[in-house]
Amino acid sequence: MQPEFGQWFIFGLFTVFIIGGGIGTVTSSNLFHAALWLIISLFGVAGFFVLLAAPFLAAIQVLVYIGAIVVLIIFAIMLTRRLMGLREAPNSQWAYGLVGAIVTFAVLALGLVLASTGESPLLVSQPISEITGESIRDLGIALVDVNQYVLPFIVASLLLEAAMVGAIVIAREDE
Amino acid sequence: MAEFLINSGWNPNLAQIVASTLGAVVLASFGLVWVIFSIWLERKFAGRVQDRIGPNRTGPYGLFQTFADIGKLLTKEDITPKGADKHVYNFAPILAVAGIIAIFAVIPFNHAWVGADLNVGVLYFVAVGSLATLAILLAGWSSNNKYALLGAFRAIAALISYEVPMILSLAVPVLLAGSMSMQDIVKGQSIAYVFVVPVSALIFFVSQLAEVGRSPFDLIEAESEIIAGFNIEYSGMKFAMFYAGEFIHAFVICILTAVLFLGGWRGLGAGEPGYELFGFLMLMAKSVAVYAFVMLLRNTLPRIRIDHMMAFNWKFLVPLALVNLLVVTFLARPFVPDYAAAEALVAEGGLAGLVGTIFGAGFIAELPRAVVLLVANVILFIVATQLLHRYGEAQRSKLGVQAVPPMRATAMASD
Repeated sequence: MQPEFGQWFIFGLFTVFIIGGGIGTVTSSNLFHAALWLIISLFGVAGFFVLLAAPFLAAIQVLVYIGAIVVLIIFAIMLTRRLMGLREAPNSQWAYGLVGAIVTFAVLALGLVLASTGESPLLVSQPISEITGESIRDLGIALVDVNQYVLPFIVASLLLEAAMVGAIVIAREDE
Repeated sequence: MAEFLINSGWNPNLAQIVASTLGAVVLASFGLVWVIFSIWLERKFAGRVQDRIGPNRTGPYGLFQTFADIGKLLTKEDITPKGADKHVYNFAPILAVAGIIAIFAVIPFNHAWVGADLNVGVLYFVAVGSLATLAILLAGWSSNNKYALLGAFRAIAALISYEVPMILSLAVPVLLAGSMSMQDIVKGQSIAYVFVVPVSALIFFVSQLAEVGRSPFDLIEAESEIIAGFNIEYSGMKFAMFYAGEFIHAFVICILTAVLFLGGWRGLGAGEPGYELFGFLMLMAKSVAVYAFVMLLRNTLPRIRIDHMMAFNWKFLVPLALVNLLVVTFLARPFVPDYAAAEALVAEGGLAGLVGTIFGAGFIAELPRAVVLLVANVILFIVATQLLHRYGEAQRSKLGVQAVPPMRATAMASD
């Protein structure tokens, strides 16, 4: 099935959001502005989830990443006054960063190409209209089904719990 | 609408886009036009509560007062402070209004009128609500003003904290309806959830009040402490956008309370096919009733202190919401409503048939669960208030203060 013009347009728009936001994040010398560019980038990712017929993930993306994580980052920046006045790049590690980014991109691209070609491609093209809205139900059942992912789910919860208790212990004043 | 355009010879894609855009514009305009009325309503109401007349010079009953205000705000000078971060400063008011208008998209006005019946409607509303947090943060930071920054800090601390009990109490209607779609939640309420889980309804309402920053939680703007908080540097229409945004938000929380806990457009046969407009009016009537309560609170309660506000949230609302969610989860499981069996029971006649024809078969299906949960909720509420009472007594005895009945206190003061 050939995607319609509207889908292409929206895809392009969100791509511009993601890439533009990403470039803005790494080039902006003002940390506060960098965080704002990051929001635009994350918003583009949420848009991609909508295009992929996963509105649940899109809502979670906005809620967790934009609503919680970026707000937390901005909060931390605001509390450290000295960082806000910076006008030039705070360190000179961009060369290492560039190498890291290129390697990561190469690995991801390679993985994508290998997965979509070969004997039995992992990626199957399927029209979005055929994906039903039951994916949330499947997700919920998979997390509590003994035969599926209940153990990883509980382990992850325990890890988070331990992290939270640890944070409280560290932040606590000595008595 | 889209079909009509296609039939009259339009390109189907174009017709779809035009119809969707028009729908979005109508929905957004509804919120913006309503705010003109609700500002008048609020001022008139506040006037009556405080034994004044309220606006009465412009138009009948002062109805055109808001238009005069708009005219004044439009002609004001648009000032941007010198050290402000210009783009962020200008973007914040837009985000503040847009984030709240976007909530209208998932509100079901009757069985057919809903912007987008997302299957994650509840989650969407929470996600969009977090954008409003961001707008306050942007405004406070970009103004380059200490008071604005302090106000933003307070606002963010309050908003993030009160989001926890809000989401926990929001999970209860989702659990009972078995869906995150707003429309399905309304359809699941043959018995309004406020009669099934009153504790959840209360927690949701209180945390929403805190999210809007309405009195008694209006310490975000606390004129006497931090002048006006995050929007202090804004003037003219930009200030008006924050102001309008707050009013729309205040009404949106009333609509949401009505949708999630008061049965939305249902009641008295409203909202059934053929009675669409009646369903819409039903929802608005419920929302305005909740709004009246919000206004009454605003005009009668004093502002609480920020540390009290935090303590109330983390030490009372969050534990209560958690326990409530646990109780509901365990008790609701064995009593999932069986609508088909209830239909059969009604068809058989007798007492069940009589009740069924009056209240609908859904009422009978949901009755057992409603009774069990209501009893559990009442017990929970009594335990919680008793604990609060004990805590208050302990605090008073620590300070060596006797609890004095209010009447005696005034008598002693006048001695």
